[in-house]
Amino acid sequence: MFKLFKNFSKKDILLIVISISLIVLQVFLDLKLPDYMSAITRLIQTDGSKMSDIIEKGLYMVGCAFGSLITAIVVGYFASRLSASFSRTIRKKLFEKVESFSTSEIKKFKTSSLITRTTNDVTQVEMLISMGLQMMIKAPIMAVWAILKIVDKSIEWSILTGVCVVVLLLVVGILMVIVIPKFKLIQKLIDNINGITRENLTGIRVIRAFNAEKFQKDRFENVNDELTKIQLFNQRAFAILFPMITFSMHALTLGIYFIGALLIEKAMMYDKILLFSNMVVFTSYGIQVIMSFLMLALIFMMAPRSEVSANRINEVLESEISIKDGNYNKDTKEKGTVEFKNVSFKYPDADEYLLKNISFKVNNGETIAFIGSTGSGKSSLINLVPRFYDATDGEILVDGINVKDYTLEALHNKIGYVPQKAVMFTKTVMENVSYGDNGKKELTEKEIKKAIEIAQGKDFVEKMEDQYNSNIARGGTNISGGQKQRLAIARAIARKPEIYIFDDSFSALDYKTDKVLRTELKKNTKNATSMIVAQRIGTIMNADKIVVLEKGECVGIGTHKELLKTCEVYKEIALSQLTKEELENA
Amino acid sequence: MPRPGRINEKSKDFKGSMKRLFNSLSNWRYILIIALFLAATGSVLSIIAPNRLSSLTDVITDGIKPNTKNIEVISKKIGSNFTESKMSKKIPTIMIDKTIKYEDIQKFMDISQKMSTTKDKKEQQKLLLEIPDSILIKLIDDIEVENTKISSKDQVKFLKIMSKMDNNETKSLKYFDKLPKSIYNLIKPTIDMKKVYKMSIILGIIYLLGVLFNYLQGFLMATVSNNFAKKLRTDITNKINKLPLKYFDKHETGDILSRVTNDVDSIGMNMNQSLGTLVSNLTLFLGSIIMMFVTDWHLAITAILSSLLGFVFMFLILSKSQKYFNRRQKELGELNGYIEEIYSAHNVVKAYNGDKIALKEFNELNDKLYYSSQKSQFLSGIMQPIMGFVGNFGYVAVCVVGALLTMNDVITFGAIVAFMIYIRLFTNPLSQIAQSMTGLQSTAAAAERVFEFLDEKELSKEKRIKHLDKSKVKGKIEFKNVKFGYTPGRMIIKNFSAKAEPGQKIAIVGPTGAGKTTMVNLLMKFYEINAGDIIIDGINTKDLTREDIHDLFIMVLQDTWLFDGTVGENIKYNKKDVSDREVWEACRTVGIDHFIKTLPGGLDSKVSDNDAISQGQKQLITIARGMIKDAPFLILDEATSNVDTRTEELVQKAMDKLTEGRTSFIIAHRLSTIKNADLILVMNEGNIIEQGTHDELIKKKGFYADLYNSQFEL
Repeated sequence: MFKLFKNFSKKDILLIVISISLIVLQVFLDLKLPDYMSAITRLIQTDGSKMSDIIEKGLYMVGCAFGSLITAIVVGYFASRLSASFSRTIRKKLFEKVESFSTSEIKKFKTSSLITRTTNDVTQVEMLISMGLQMMIKAPIMAVWAILKIVDKSIEWSILTGVCVVVLLLVVGILMVIVIPKFKLIQKLIDNINGITRENLTGIRVIRAFNAEKFQKDRFENVNDELTKIQLFNQRAFAILFPMITFSMHALTLGIYFIGALLIEKAMMYDKILLFSNMVVFTSYGIQVIMSFLMLALIFMMAPRSEVSANRINEVLESEISIKDGNYNKDTKEKGTVEFKNVSFKYPDADEYLLKNISFKVNNGETIAFIGSTGSGKSSLINLVPRFYDATDGEILVDGINVKDYTLEALHNKIGYVPQKAVMFTKTVMENVSYGDNGKKELTEKEIKKAIEIAQGKDFVEKMEDQYNSNIARGGTNISGGQKQRLAIARAIARKPEIYIFDDSFSALDYKTDKVLRTELKKNTKNATSMIVAQRIGTIMNADKIVVLEKGECVGIGTHKELLKTCEVYKEIALSQLTKEELENA
Repeated sequence: MPRPGRINEKSKDFKGSMKRLFNSLSNWRYILIIALFLAATGSVLSIIAPNRLSSLTDVITDGIKPNTKNIEVISKKIGSNFTESKMSKKIPTIMIDKTIKYEDIQKFMDISQKMSTTKDKKEQQKLLLEIPDSILIKLIDDIEVENTKISSKDQVKFLKIMSKMDNNETKSLKYFDKLPKSIYNLIKPTIDMKKVYKMSIILGIIYLLGVLFNYLQGFLMATVSNNFAKKLRTDITNKINKLPLKYFDKHETGDILSRVTNDVDSIGMNMNQSLGTLVSNLTLFLGSIIMMFVTDWHLAITAILSSLLGFVFMFLILSKSQKYFNRRQKELGELNGYIEEIYSAHNVVKAYNGDKIALKEFNELNDKLYYSSQKSQFLSGIMQPIMGFVGNFGYVAVCVVGALLTMNDVITFGAIVAFMIYIRLFTNPLSQIAQSMTGLQSTAAAAERVFEFLDEKELSKEKRIKHLDKSKVKGKIEFKNVKFGYTPGRMIIKNFSAKAEPGQKIAIVGPTGAGKTTMVNLLMKFYEINAGDIIIDGINTKDLTREDIHDLFIMVLQDTWLFDGTVGENIKYNKKDVSDREVWEACRTVGIDHFIKTLPGGLDSKVSDNDAISQGQKQLITIARGMIKDAPFLILDEATSNVDTRTEELVQKAMDKLTEGRTSFIIAHRLSTIKNADLILVMNEGNIIEQGTHDELIKKKGFYADLYNSQFEL
């Protein structure tokens, strides 16, 4: 938590210092109020007090209250600025950090966790600062000051106040011990409720086909019962808290008055009046003391959650980036060549190599394809070219220069990468296709449209309501998987890269579209090199080179015809998809 | 606690939704009424209490002031002792009293001389007290006040002390404390301790009852709201089973899901808090107004007027902060969405050098959030201090006006003490009322969404006219002039007829999105056909119930749906009396028995938390599930994307096994496997555009032939 506070700027710290002094002033004023209250009380009590005295004291009291209000508003303003700007800074730092992450860091943290760290966790810490910071400073000052003011007034009353505080803290403590562990359980049960409902919705056809509606319902009711039971328990337990707080304050007042009556009765006449006004004052201070302790207890309840969040944020901010930027960004002699030299790869912290000793070279304008069963390392191999990961051993040369020597920007400017799962942004079709920066001039509308046409997206885009300016919904839910893939391919085409990387990017296309797209692409990008990962034999049959991978090792390189003769694994894959005659016909 | 991160939605029809909400609470009507009654009673108690406390204060104050009446009586009596006529009678006896010193008599004579020359009464009194004590006590008689004898000595002491007193009351009390016992006891104030005990006990009981009622209220409200939430969840789940599939094809899973969790949660939470709070605070607010007027109308008007300005302020701020709060939630949502999008697209953002744009766009959103979040926090943060100030201001106003009134003896001090508390009771509930109103607003909004879902049109009820015995069905199926469309005006299957003999294999092919699942929907009666007939073994499916039809089909779909249970439970799925031996038998046939044995728990291993089960293996499990179900018809979606070649082969073999002896409909993705199908239905854009065997279709050189050949060309 304190590590995170280092992110406060100097200006922020100045604000904090001012806030603290203002809070001290506020506490001073707040604690002055009961003094005036008792003074006024005494004046009213005493026969023959002058009205002007009462009004004078009253004005002082209103003045104090107003002063306290003003300081509270100023402190509130500072606190809101502090917490809002703090969370803005943290969010920005997190975002920048995650942006600079390589794929291995993303994998380490998991995307979903990074999202919650940047959103929920920051909000969590922000909440503590906006509510807690003020309380954290105010409560102890208030408690100590109020105690000092009253502790010498009467032992009996002080003891009573102490007992009240202890009882209240005990109640809060017991509640926390009982309830907090159940909160975690509730979260899990809500997840279960969500899970089963999701199951009911996604599996609705299967459930109906098996007439299993009742089966599912029973499963749901089990969790529903349990959730209700625990939630009921928690809420019932919590229901005691606020009545207890009010009761303790009332009890304190009553106790002070009762003890007061006994003390006054025993006292000498001169002390009686003093005792009485002390009694009135003590009541209000006593309540202040209790309130301060309650505030502290509340912070202690909030703090652990924020602490966890703060730690999660720090983990991200402090994690080291495994990919270091190079500095080469000049022109290269070669264009569009990719060479792997004895490349091996394993994930950091993993024992086993995913790729072992891979070597090949692809020349300008050639198409190289990678095939193999899942887990054979195709995607990992192709991810090494744009440096999503770095090779563990060996080197990868793009245009004759080691990829590690390029600045990432320069390297990425050479590459048009299309991922397995097409990614869409909530922007227009046009903006989606022209996404990013390729170090060249901004794309013209004509170029973008041409790219979409090559990617076989023209027809469906022009059928959309606003055509090229149609908005893509979050996650691309308003277009189909195949359409997404076509736009993702168009995005790569629009970039006019030297090297295309297709990571199984044709899987959602039907055979026909797949074929036409590849033909068009070939026609329009004669000088570009293509690296294709695919599952379908049909997609890669005509590649200049096919690399067959099996458990991270290269078990064959060659053309389709050559591999059918020489590579057992390739033949097996081919036969699982096409019959013998079909293979021969092709 | 209200959940952060949710927008306080406004409901479309607040009144209507609330009415409906209360109607659906009818099961808990009595508990609810009791709870609300308790809430109100609790508030009444906390209103009565200050009144009692003020009486207690009065009792105590009564015991502080010296008994002025007795002082007056004593002074008068002593005064009457000092009349000249009375004293002159005593002088002769004094003169001959041998116990008195000579000097004292001498002094006495001097003083009497002086006294007779002056006419000033004050001067006379002063001189009188200069007479030596030894003589003075002899000059006067003892007196009796309220059966207490006050000796002449004490009277002298009293006079001497009184003479030193001035107008300062507190100081004079110090002198009072030095008074001789006989007099002190007469004027000493006493607190009526019996009354104090009694009142303390009553107050204690009131406070205890207050806790009890408040707690019971909370307890009952928690009971009602949680059981209600539970019922809503059950209702929604039941509703899911009763809705036509059409609904789910049109609505997103996430939307329905959020109704089950977020909306129901929000109803439960808000109802639990808002309803009780609203009732108790309304009672508190109205009650304190009434009590203030009952106690004293001057002060009541003072209190209300002095708080009025504060309230106006509060409502202004409340409406403003609500606006910023909603904006903050919206912007937070947008920012979170953006973060999610960019993080999920990390590779693409990097590879396309989109980081700079992303950061720019992020900063814009982040800055927007900063402003609205700062404003909303600031405004909501100053509510408390403002209320505090209003309370203090009211306090002073009440005190000043109260002092004026006490001086004129219109009210007692106790009334002021009571008002000190009333003013807080009166100012606090307003913000709470405002808060619970917004709480109820979001309850209504959430309830609307839930009710909307519960009101969706359900599947038509059907009568079982005929029944087909699963074991006797041969497996013949016939489509006769079937017409179907998802939307009424747009038929996508126009006049389709086909016939399948028992054991035949019908393949459905077409590009993605061609509507192959439409056939599944019609066969399973997930959707009703618009015209024509589907006939199974001579019986029209219109005469069969959906349940009966479902019993006749095994369905293995592309999305390998497994529920969150064990492998064994998933294979047996909803079929009772299946022995483990039969399960293993099915697994063996499918070829997954070996794999299941390698799992740590065997058939009892959980599906969910098992990374060891791959996509292909899951598909094999669904095939085993189909085996166990054992029905005469089979619908098979054979897509096996993302499955490695070895598993793919296994799946293929298992599927072949499953088709044996069954009339099967196969949604084919790989054209090579369906060449031997008895009938191929070619679909495109929802329509069945061609039908026939492989050879017939190839000869036709139509869509199918094109599709088939495209896989061999580049």
